[in-house]
Amino acid sequence: MRPNAPVRGHMAVLHPMRIRSDALPLADRMFNVWTAAALVLALAAVLIAPAFAQDAAPEKRSIIAILLEWTPTLAGGFGFNVLISILSMAIGTILGVGLGVLQVSPIRPIRSVAWLITQFFRNSPWLVLLFYCILLIPFQIEVFGTKIPFPGWIKAVIGLSLPVMAYMSEYIRGAILSIPTGQWESAESLGFSRRQIMTGIILPQTVKRVLPSWMNLYAVLTMATPLVSIIGVSDVMALTRAALSAEGRVDLLIPMYLYILSWFFIYCYPISAVTRLLERKYSVKL
Amino acid sequence: MTWTPDQPIVSLKDVRKSFGTVEVLSGITLDVMKGEVICIIGPSGSGKSTLIRCINALNDIQAGSITVEGLEVNDPKLDKLSLRKKVGMVFQQYNLFPHKTVLQNVMMAPIKVLRQNRTEVEDRARALIAKVRLNGKEDAYPGELSGGQQQRVAIARSLAMNPDVMLFDEVTAALDPETVKEVLTTIKDLAAEGMTCILVTHEMGFAREIADCVYFTDRGVIVESGPPATFFDNAQDPRTQQFLSQIL
Amino acid sequence: MEFANTLIDWLRPDWFLNLVVISDDYNRGRYLAGLWMTVKLSVLSIFFSLIIGILGAAVQGAPSRALRVLVGAFVAFFRNTPPLVQLYFFYFAIGTVLRITGENGLPQPLVSNFGWAVIALSLFAGALNVEIFRAGVEAVPRSTVEAAEALGYTRLQIYRDIVLPLAIRISLPALGTNLVNLVKTTTLAYAIAVPELLYISAQIWSEDLNVREMMNVLLVSYVGLVAILVWVLHRWEKTLRIPGYGE
Repeated sequence: MRPNAPVRGHMAVLHPMRIRSDALPLADRMFNVWTAAALVLALAAVLIAPAFAQDAAPEKRSIIAILLEWTPTLAGGFGFNVLISILSMAIGTILGVGLGVLQVSPIRPIRSVAWLITQFFRNSPWLVLLFYCILLIPFQIEVFGTKIPFPGWIKAVIGLSLPVMAYMSEYIRGAILSIPTGQWESAESLGFSRRQIMTGIILPQTVKRVLPSWMNLYAVLTMATPLVSIIGVSDVMALTRAALSAEGRVDLLIPMYLYILSWFFIYCYPISAVTRLLERKYSVKL
Repeated sequence: MTWTPDQPIVSLKDVRKSFGTVEVLSGITLDVMKGEVICIIGPSGSGKSTLIRCINALNDIQAGSITVEGLEVNDPKLDKLSLRKKVGMVFQQYNLFPHKTVLQNVMMAPIKVLRQNRTEVEDRARALIAKVRLNGKEDAYPGELSGGQQQRVAIARSLAMNPDVMLFDEVTAALDPETVKEVLTTIKDLAAEGMTCILVTHEMGFAREIADCVYFTDRGVIVESGPPATFFDNAQDPRTQQFLSQIL
Repeated sequence: MEFANTLIDWLRPDWFLNLVVISDDYNRGRYLAGLWMTVKLSVLSIFFSLIIGILGAAVQGAPSRALRVLVGAFVAFFRNTPPLVQLYFFYFAIGTVLRITGENGLPQPLVSNFGWAVIALSLFAGALNVEIFRAGVEAVPRSTVEAAEALGYTRLQIYRDIVLPLAIRISLPALGTNLVNLVKTTTLAYAIAVPELLYISAQIWSEDLNVREMMNVLLVSYVGLVAILVWVLHRWEKTLRIPGYGE
């Protein structure tokens, strides 16, 4: 694969390549202020309507009151999700950059192994990787006499960072290959070593190219964090289900789930919006 | 009103067209007789391409009238198909259908749009491909051809509809200098056969050689027109003189 | 070094020889049933997500503003909320409300957990397919459409003969990625007790206490499934390839 290999979709036949810069990021036009307003109104209606329905049975607390009552607990849980996502992202990014650089190593065996690791973790389901880590990492590891404990949530962080690492590795590989070979050649002719070229010249240039994908990956990761509730970590999803069974009210189910969905929506939507903005900004120059 | 061959085949009367607040055509009047070849020249942004696109109803106009064989082009009730059977158009970027072979590109419209018999269309298509000197390329895909070859396929594709008028919108502007000539030769052959042609072009030498009448447009109006001999050697308007001195 | 021993123990090759899914008839039957369930989930969800994608993309080009906004909201919602919570929402919230009285007089769920899994997965992947197809349609150059217009094609003919064939080719790489993700996401059905591969495997390892072996079987199974899908997509891409297009 050559760095200047044509990007698929850029077909010479469609001269001039008039893929408009706004062609790919669409959701902006599909989803504007008015839609957002409509969505918020719909959400409010769903939340409020059952509350009014409760007027007939005054001894019951209103849905809104229950949601508000649980909000601090759920917020704590959501904060935990965010913490898990940030830690996984940090670990996954660091490992992924390293793996990505190894994927373009001049030494063939290293390249192949890095490729294999990347493909393996990229094509395994996230939930299976989580199970893998939760069940197969010992609850503590003894290193030089010191016992390092591994609680469930740390294992979950590791489990989630593995796919992040693999995706990151692919993005970095792609970005490195997209840097014109002239950059390598001119740096080499100036006497830089391969390591210097990589860290000083090539990697800094990949930042801009990887940034939109990286942000998108973070949003995807955040939306994967509720998976940890399946393996017994008390995140927002686990707390929500606990709250629902504590209240034991059928009419609470839909509002409560919508409430939690909207939390994630409010956290993730701005990230995707900024991602699309960056994509559009950089796609012109790329 | 029925059209007879002694009337202009294409007739524009005081045509006005704006994009938003920008007026690109500010009253264009122009008649083309059957079998005539006219060239429209002028600086970029002078509305040449818009003008030619209006004749084919790819752009609509705000005022004035355009008729092709007596058909009012800007009539909202106009059956676009009846217009497009009469008018063929070739674009700067060829715009071939990249997923169809050369032969399929030429055959597609007569079969799908005019619902003509496949075997008949195929015979005609092969003849047209030979006419634009692309024998042997019938089963190639556009992506495998050079720009000049693609443009000649585009000409054959338009001719397959048996149009009475051909519009050429800067058809050589995107081509390599070596391939320009092969396309111009094809157009020259067509003109020699009596096809009515309206060209927007930057090839002054070609315009001079082929045109019955040359029109110079600038800022949405026709500044000057005339037979090529007088137009090129004896331009009256200072704007035309300046443009020609820059180009020639 | 305890850690090193664990690692070596972990990687020892003989686990393959006493795999319960190969040696034990009962477990093999269960495993294959789980695999089949995962395949069914994947195929049905892929099918419906493609339909949702095509319809959604078509509506995005429709003149009705209300419809466009509706589809836009659908896409934005399903793209920016966790798939697991969506699945729970359908199964636990909507599924609890949607009940009919069964023959025995007790309320019965209208849609099974398998049904909800297919619905939730199709909507989740379908939302992204809408964007992918729409981007494909928009990437078809306007000038190519104009050329067809100049040849007298009707809107429908242009869409069917020119825009769609090109849009599909342009969308294919992104579509492939999304469908691979969809197959991986079918594991979420575990959470609502659909007896698919992960669920069955978890049953086997908790009964037979062979976590490590089953884990490896599981990962290899999914990588295999994804490989098959990638191969199918690759074949499809190859048949759609146009000479001179791309390279």
